[in-house]
Amino acid sequence: MNKTVDFNAYPDTHGRFGNYGGSYVAETLMAPLAELTEAYLRLREDPAFVAELDRDLKHYVGRPSPIYHAERLSRYVGGARIVFKREDLNHTGAHKINNTVGQALVARWMGKPRIIAETGAGQHGVASATVAARLGLKCVVYMGAVDIERQKINVYRMKLLGAEVVPVTSGSKTLKDALNEAMRDWVTNVADTFYIIGTVAGPHPYPMMVRDFNAIVGREARAQMLEEFGRLPDVLTACVGGGSNAIGLFHAFLNDASVRIVGAEAAGEGIATGHHAASLAAGRPGVLHGNRTYVLCDDNGQITETHSISAGLDYPGVGPEHAFLKDAGRAQYVGVTDDEAMEAFHLLARQEGILAALESSHAVAQAMKLAREMSKDQIVLCNLSGRGDKDVHTIAAREGVEV
Amino acid sequence: MSRIDRRFAELEAAGRTGLIPFVTAGDPLPEHVAALMHALVAAGADVIELGVPFSDPMADGPVIQHASERAIANGVGLDDVLRAVAEFRSRDGDTPVVLMGYLNPVEIYGYARFAQAAVRAGVDGVLLVDCPLEEAAVLQALRDAGLRQIMLAAPTTAPARMAQLCEAAEGFLYYVSFAGITGATHLDIEDIAMRVADIRVRARAPVAVGFGIRDAASAQAIAGFADAVVIGSALVDRLAGAADAADMVERARVFLAPIRAALDAHRKQQG
Repeated sequence: MNKTVDFNAYPDTHGRFGNYGGSYVAETLMAPLAELTEAYLRLREDPAFVAELDRDLKHYVGRPSPIYHAERLSRYVGGARIVFKREDLNHTGAHKINNTVGQALVARWMGKPRIIAETGAGQHGVASATVAARLGLKCVVYMGAVDIERQKINVYRMKLLGAEVVPVTSGSKTLKDALNEAMRDWVTNVADTFYIIGTVAGPHPYPMMVRDFNAIVGREARAQMLEEFGRLPDVLTACVGGGSNAIGLFHAFLNDASVRIVGAEAAGEGIATGHHAASLAAGRPGVLHGNRTYVLCDDNGQITETHSISAGLDYPGVGPEHAFLKDAGRAQYVGVTDDEAMEAFHLLARQEGILAALESSHAVAQAMKLAREMSKDQIVLCNLSGRGDKDVHTIAAREGVEV
Repeated sequence: MSRIDRRFAELEAAGRTGLIPFVTAGDPLPEHVAALMHALVAAGADVIELGVPFSDPMADGPVIQHASERAIANGVGLDDVLRAVAEFRSRDGDTPVVLMGYLNPVEIYGYARFAQAAVRAGVDGVLLVDCPLEEAAVLQALRDAGLRQIMLAAPTTAPARMAQLCEAAEGFLYYVSFAGITGATHLDIEDIAMRVADIRVRARAPVAVGFGIRDAASAQAIAGFADAVVIGSALVDRLAGAADAADMVERARVFLAPIRAALDAHRKQQG
């Protein structure tokens, strides 16, 4: 690793993280993206905007979220201490709200009365519908028809919050197609519409903006580690689909060379089976959804369908900053299978009384793997990005239990 | 002089508005792409835009999305598209062919390798929808090989950018008639006329107008002020479900003939 790299210096003004990122969109979107970039860069320096965001994060989201030393789980695993950053305790139950609160405020400050969002598992859709309701903005959520079927509870939650959920029936009828459709809506309705992208992908400035709104996770965790343990963790880990919770945790630590960083991707039924969503571990550089990044595609450049037990990781691309961190050698990305995530889910439930989201269970599994190989005085800090209530039906169905 | 430049010079000299039909390569009949291209020429096409299927066509409406999905399901990849162009070229050395699509298939194929193969097949230009001016450095190998990079301009394009695009445009500049996706139905002709007139004064390259042109009437409305009109979704929709090659060719002829006639009935204003 090149120790002279300042990881806070990215992206550049074109939204590039080394060879990745950028703005690979049709001409029609260049002006709205420029308008958004200009507004966001101005607002993030505006004390009134920052104060309002801080207030919302504290009183509405419930920040700061605690870090929690999982002593029983650590003892069970044997090895390093496992510490969780408890993003599952946020309002709406995941890190997603950090970003939607931020972007919805940007929308309001830009005077856009309508917001749109794409969603896979429904978590980002719920987080968007939530902030839209609070700010009195109209909200339309695009969701793949397959995902709507898989995530009925979240669809209903969005409707209860006043959002319109539009089924997407093109392509694989999942998250990537919902993103395409939201882009099409945005192109058509750009005058009054703000597009809240749910992860650190998409064209510039989204990977930067979504990262900035989630980076509070790592900033808090870093200060909390110093306060409660008097030191930084030895390793960070988080699950990576698009990669927003992971970059949120990682970002404040990127220039701490002593801290190792490991992202856990969805290896599904195993990378060798082809049924997975591990873009960084098993994909190649390409262009998807407005940015250059690692993608899963065939030799004709067609994006391939992915598989993961967790809908939130079921995405064939990944945020460009992760692609950059991988190539720079600053972070390492590994696969965690469906079975490993399920095992971690049950262990955490039984050892610590926490039902983790299936996405986050991938990170828990990776934290246990890492801890097992480390000494007792070392620390693994793992982002527990969301709670698992939304997944109980999926888990019951997989285990043949009728609920 | 490239085939594209030569063709627009001929149109200019004849005072005619160019007709640029778009079809997705491999839909409806993957083994008859070249036959379809010849049919388009016979029906009056001046330039052919051949769509390279992509799984995630963000800028396209449902008609072209579904055509792309069908073509992919038919197993059509970039090599197949290039083979079809080569086959077309063996009998037509004059009609320019522009490949239209998205960056990822070209990126995965490899830019240098693609540039060589495309030129060898007889491709004249590329329009990569998700590669705006800012990212066009990746296409240097294509330009070096002599492929024209067709740029898009849109109603949302800011004046300073428009100046850059007018400066950079080669082959022709493709003006997107409204901020939306392909295949929409409402066009504000007056607004388009005003903007295209402005662009034609500034751009060295001719200006083609596309998105939302679906029949003789809308084509004729555009013909008064554009160097060419692009017609895509409506044609793709008409071709979908063709039973065999003869049916497909006949559908193309019946659809394009009145549009060609409408364009020819309308002599272009001098730009």
